[in-house]
Amino acid sequence: MSQAFRVPGRGRVDSARTVTFTFDGRRFQGQAGDTLASALLANGHHLMGRSFKYHRARGVVSAGSDEPNALVAVGSGPALQTPNLRATQVEVYEGLTAVSQNRFPCLQFDLGAVNTLAAPLLPAGFYYKTFMWPRSFWDRVYEPVIRRAAGLGVAPTAPDPDHYAFQYAHCDVLVAGAGPAGLAAALAAGRSGAQVILADETAEVGGSLLSDRTSRIDGRPAALWVADILAELAALPNVRVLTRCTAFNYGPHNMVALNQRLTEHLADPAPDMPRERLWQVRAKEVVLAAGALERPLVFEGNDRPGVMLASAAQTYLNRYGVACGKRAVIVTADDSAYRVALDLHAAGVTVAAIADLRPAPDSALMRAAQGAGLTVLPGTTIQRAHGSTRVHSVELARLLPDGSVGKGQHWRADLVLMSGGYTPSVHLFSQSRGKLAFDERLGVYIPGESAERERSAGACRGVYALADVLADGAAAGVAAAGAAGFAADAPSWAVDAADAPGRGGYAGALPRRGKGLLAMAFVDFQNDVTAKDVKLAVREGFRSIEHIKRYTTTGMATDQGKMSNVNALGIAADALGRPVEKVGLTTFRPPFTPVTFGAFASHARGDLFDPDRRTPIDPWARAQGAVFEDVSLWRRARYFPRGSEDMEAAVRRECLAVRGGVGIFDASTLGKIEVVGPDAATFMNRMYVNAWTKLGVGKCRYGLMCRENGFVYDDGVVGRIAQDRFHVTTTTGGAPGVLAMMEDYLQTEWPDLDVWLTSTTEEWAVIALQGPSARAVLAPLVDGLDISAEALPHMSLVEGTIGGVPMRLFRVSFTGELGFEINVPARQGRAVWEAIWDAGQAAGITPYGTETMHVLRAEKGYIIVGQETDGTATPDDAGCGWAVSKVKADFVGKRSLVLPAMQAPDRRQLVGLLTEAPWEVLEEGAQLVARPDEAIPMHVLGHVTSSYFSATLGRSIALAMVSGGRARVGETLHVPMEGRTIAVTVTKPVFYDVEGARLNV
Amino acid sequence: MLLIRCPYCGERSEIEFANGGEAHIARPADPMSQTDEEWAQYLYMRDNPKGLIAERWRHAHGCNRFFNALRDTRTDRFVMTYEMGRPRPEIDAATLAEAAR
Amino acid sequence: MQKFSALSLARKALGGHLGWTPQWRSVEPKPAYDIVIVGGGGHGLGTAYYLAKQHGLRNIAVIERGWLAGGNTARNTTIIRSNYLFNESSSYYEHSLKLWETLSQELNYNVMFSQRGCLMVAHTVHDVQVFKRHVHANRLNGIDNEWLSAEEAKAFCPPLNISPNIRYPVLGASLQRRAGTARHDAVAWGFARAASDMGVDIIENCEVTGILRGPGGEVRGVETTRGTIRAGKVGVSAAGHSSVVLGMAGVRLPLQSNPLQALVSEPVKPAFPTIVMSNTIHAYISQSDKGEMVIGAGTDSYVSYTQRGGLHIPAHTLEAICELFPMFRRLRMLRSWGGITDNTPDRSPITAKTPVPGLYVNCGWGTGGFKATPGAANLFAWTIAKNEPHPINAPFTIERFRDGVMIDEAAAAAVAH
Repeated sequence: MSQAFRVPGRGRVDSARTVTFTFDGRRFQGQAGDTLASALLANGHHLMGRSFKYHRARGVVSAGSDEPNALVAVGSGPALQTPNLRATQVEVYEGLTAVSQNRFPCLQFDLGAVNTLAAPLLPAGFYYKTFMWPRSFWDRVYEPVIRRAAGLGVAPTAPDPDHYAFQYAHCDVLVAGAGPAGLAAALAAGRSGAQVILADETAEVGGSLLSDRTSRIDGRPAALWVADILAELAALPNVRVLTRCTAFNYGPHNMVALNQRLTEHLADPAPDMPRERLWQVRAKEVVLAAGALERPLVFEGNDRPGVMLASAAQTYLNRYGVACGKRAVIVTADDSAYRVALDLHAAGVTVAAIADLRPAPDSALMRAAQGAGLTVLPGTTIQRAHGSTRVHSVELARLLPDGSVGKGQHWRADLVLMSGGYTPSVHLFSQSRGKLAFDERLGVYIPGESAERERSAGACRGVYALADVLADGAAAGVAAAGAAGFAADAPSWAVDAADAPGRGGYAGALPRRGKGLLAMAFVDFQNDVTAKDVKLAVREGFRSIEHIKRYTTTGMATDQGKMSNVNALGIAADALGRPVEKVGLTTFRPPFTPVTFGAFASHARGDLFDPDRRTPIDPWARAQGAVFEDVSLWRRARYFPRGSEDMEAAVRRECLAVRGGVGIFDASTLGKIEVVGPDAATFMNRMYVNAWTKLGVGKCRYGLMCRENGFVYDDGVVGRIAQDRFHVTTTTGGAPGVLAMMEDYLQTEWPDLDVWLTSTTEEWAVIALQGPSARAVLAPLVDGLDISAEALPHMSLVEGTIGGVPMRLFRVSFTGELGFEINVPARQGRAVWEAIWDAGQAAGITPYGTETMHVLRAEKGYIIVGQETDGTATPDDAGCGWAVSKVKADFVGKRSLVLPAMQAPDRRQLVGLLTEAPWEVLEEGAQLVARPDEAIPMHVLGHVTSSYFSATLGRSIALAMVSGGRARVGETLHVPMEGRTIAVTVTKPVFYDVEGARLNV
Repeated sequence: MLLIRCPYCGERSEIEFANGGEAHIARPADPMSQTDEEWAQYLYMRDNPKGLIAERWRHAHGCNRFFNALRDTRTDRFVMTYEMGRPRPEIDAATLAEAAR
Repeated sequence: MQKFSALSLARKALGGHLGWTPQWRSVEPKPAYDIVIVGGGGHGLGTAYYLAKQHGLRNIAVIERGWLAGGNTARNTTIIRSNYLFNESSSYYEHSLKLWETLSQELNYNVMFSQRGCLMVAHTVHDVQVFKRHVHANRLNGIDNEWLSAEEAKAFCPPLNISPNIRYPVLGASLQRRAGTARHDAVAWGFARAASDMGVDIIENCEVTGILRGPGGEVRGVETTRGTIRAGKVGVSAAGHSSVVLGMAGVRLPLQSNPLQALVSEPVKPAFPTIVMSNTIHAYISQSDKGEMVIGAGTDSYVSYTQRGGLHIPAHTLEAICELFPMFRRLRMLRSWGGITDNTPDRSPITAKTPVPGLYVNCGWGTGGFKATPGAANLFAWTIAKNEPHPINAPFTIERFRDGVMIDEAAAAAVAH
């Protein structure tokens, strides 16, 4: 049976190109241009999925992105198999593999369908009422079972090898939707010269016109008119047409996000093609031309495979050349279904009956159907549809004048078409925060007042007659272009033979005969929400439509209520005894249709996940085999192992080398800000806790910065280059924040100060040369500059050159040794580094990393902001009270520092800790208590902030923040660890060279 | 993503900017003369209005200038932006209504 | 109150489920109550429940401007944990976690509290230091939290990418096994049902427009869109709108209301066994009972009451998700939304009396209020009933900002240098 339901001569698929694909392992043939759904239907295959809760057999209901049932996984392998794709959107290609979901062992026979039998026990919200006893069963039994039963497809288990792209764009006019209204709008705007983007979610522009065999535009068949318009648009350089591209998010200020699918439809995409592209389009003006969706009807068995929307059957026939069955029964509340009947009839499908819910329908279309010999049953409803994996018959029944339903009559049918009328697609309009208005005439919500610079056109605002749609689209295009500053003329077209738009429509559950306590009439197909569930929710007091949605899960399936919302609303309104417009709608939440995570992430993966900042010395360190760590955006060398050294061994060696000879360290990541201007010192006085006025030119000072709340924010050495110029350094991670904070105060509080701030972090490479031999190594290199202890004492700076390269040389130390920080232009950093490296060979110069830097500074009791301090420490807490000027009237943080709580004696203060066993290195973050035998919860006094083995001292050392710590020096405290307690002695935080003798040499 | 008019550079997308919180909260000229209560009012207490807010933005990835904006926090619609140092402008009722719409 | 159980469900099934009655009474507001709770989210409804259950107060109304639990209760990612650093915080959140553990039985309403564990992933040396500090501090407080190596973390959460070659490799993680998620709506509905059963009036579509004061400045009730309601005590539990409501009484709060966005994927079969949080690269993810990956994004930077933010914020979160779980790149965002979070300068809440006698506030929960729902409700009820805080919430005052005794959990995770 190959494509037995293909109708020769119909449809837009390429009859010359047959493609082979598999579904659930079975080979099928389709034609190029088919969707998976149309190709399966061409083979007479309706069963495409199983529902979420009851595992009911389901066929395709729609032909578009509103499809709730026919969800499949496409692709093969643990990385590529993509779950939950709609068969109605998946385009077939040679070799496509698709499988059904949520069934075991197979789609035809699914054990989970037993849930249908248990359905009476599984009404809406049943899980809120059960599974509570015994308590321990929830985690171990009930929930795992529920979880396994839930879910739809299977997530990939291996990394996605595809890549994704991202693009920002600006345009004058964005048109969302390329049906008749959108095409007309795009052409009108495009002809004006405006930059236009026209996006449509399907593979081909034209929308409903591609399924329309009746209408003539300017005397041409509608589909040929589409081709004409597309050709003109393609020739306009200012118009970009994007197909397979869904406008899915309408954000504030006319930022509309589009998701373009680039390779999914290709058998063999070029390897460098991104799979999808995410667009963020800032449009001056937007035209929404999203069309309208047909509603299903709610009756017993409306979910049987073979029951589908009338418009879908029309699309499958006219666009794809597929007859969805052999014998159709149509149930409608709208005139448009008669056109479907006529098209099917003309294609040789038997239309057994057309049941019209309206008591006295009358339209030209209906008369045409009758004229064609079709049976029209006015005032007739459908009582139920029969079948399991395919519908085989229905019961139609008269709607009696008293509102009851007469006795049913059986009709054989393998195809049941539903038409409940059309619902305008107002999703994007609603996302834009436009206000919806209820249209009494149409019985639906349409766009009311706009919030953004947008207008809707065509069916998405309830304009259905083709001539009106084209005019509406053209007018919208003219208006949008005009609002964007382009004068446009509205094109016009003559429409002949088009059907008058449908009248009528239905929202809610169809009346039925009998109570039907066991009947299942589905509102939300995928989530298995029935009309009874909605009524139950109302019965249980859920009166808001949002509550009803949440309690029943209607509208929360992957179609996000496109298929279900209006019917749910109708049933709820009926149960609440309130008109539909008083009940209201649930919020339309983006995205319009699901969007791949990878498209959002786009290029931001691997090394491009975040900027990777590297210093000029980085390649050298890499060549030396350094091990790196991430510090904010920077990559810093952590240690330089030799041979098989681990970190501990390397760090011991590096520490001893610095203390005993000379080490070289890349400090380029330090933040650097040049503070310049006549008021530079005044500004520094206000920003830092220290006093700067008296700092001489050529001198340095340790600067400490608080936030206004009095807590330490950053620190760093500041050098005074000139009377009006400070070279400020910050911590590596703090630089952007410090500059932003400085700019904030300068621009907004003290604009009277004449100061400029410039980030120079990346201008300078900074080479720290530390150790007793540092001067001997450096002196020959600095082009005659006197760097003796007398000429350049500790905490001073000088400008000069090093090998001809301009240099700011700081005599500073974060190690406690004689030290220099050589600042040179970043471009010369590597060369200067290597020159020093070469010169230091005789002295045994040793490169060291951040870990050794941490150990050395801890031996000296120097804090690291963010390690000793954590945003709750004052300068005094951190042992830096000495840095705080006592004479300045004001600085940032000063007022907060005088709060009583900031002076409390039990504040946590910086201390040193020594373990009894010299080899025992405490764990950073470990807690300190006075009484180790105390029961939990213990009274904690503080925590270990830094802890290392000091090779220099031959023992472990630690820094800690301890409540009232400075008064506890000499006390024994305890570190309770898992299973044991470590006793420690509180010390002052300086472990090495307390007098600083080694600095001043 | 908001579209923000930097008074110096023109309209740019929000990702170029850093929000600076409520505007027109001047740091007291002499903080040390403030009571604890007054200081807390300056430092922490905010109007957090549902409606028109005067707020600061910094064109962080642009000119790096701070400026002020009036925006309705119910709609995120900007009424105007203006240079730092200018007093908060009076806005007429029609403009306010438009921003709230 | 109709008891919920498998048996009652089966009995009602025989009658086609026609026998169920409303889970809470729908009532018109009375002219006066002893206590009015402003805000019908999980916190507000829970407050009313505990006032009735533990303090014997029944003449209570909960008034809600929209539909019950339609604010942040409906919009969060339901992460429940108590492994906070400071004693004040961990005591508060642990109090809540303990209540969560029995809440379904307490309310006879399955809130689906699922103790799936919460991994907090460390990407830098500094993260490791901070998380270990948390682990040690929690252990001495009797709160479970343990440190896992990267390999152990992957064993606990197999999708986790611990390759050393990603931009921010996973260096390890802390794990609180008792942490979990819950069904957010159920919590509110369960509290509403139980409170209503004890006589609490629950009034939806009733927005506060003013706060009535007596001659001494004390609270006398509220003006609402449904008329004046007198009350001797008013407790405000209005999340993002706290500043607005308290502003009606002239009380300024240290709050900024920011958009916070979240999203879910399409449902898939169980693929994610726990909760993973990465504060460093901003990824927060768990899988719901329904199968959706529930993902929290960061806050937008500006004040807004629009319940939406910029798309770049969730996009940034998805970048991180795709790095940590590269097999999820092909999953798709099904639904996204925004809430209004009320953030304090120290990122800790306020559950306290206000300067106005008879006016109480429970706010400032920022991005993390859901986990505190029963705990905050319980302590807020205590504070209102006794006109003084319980020892656990005593530090969480408005005055702590004036006095410089903040509880700064965010600062405690300061950025490395």
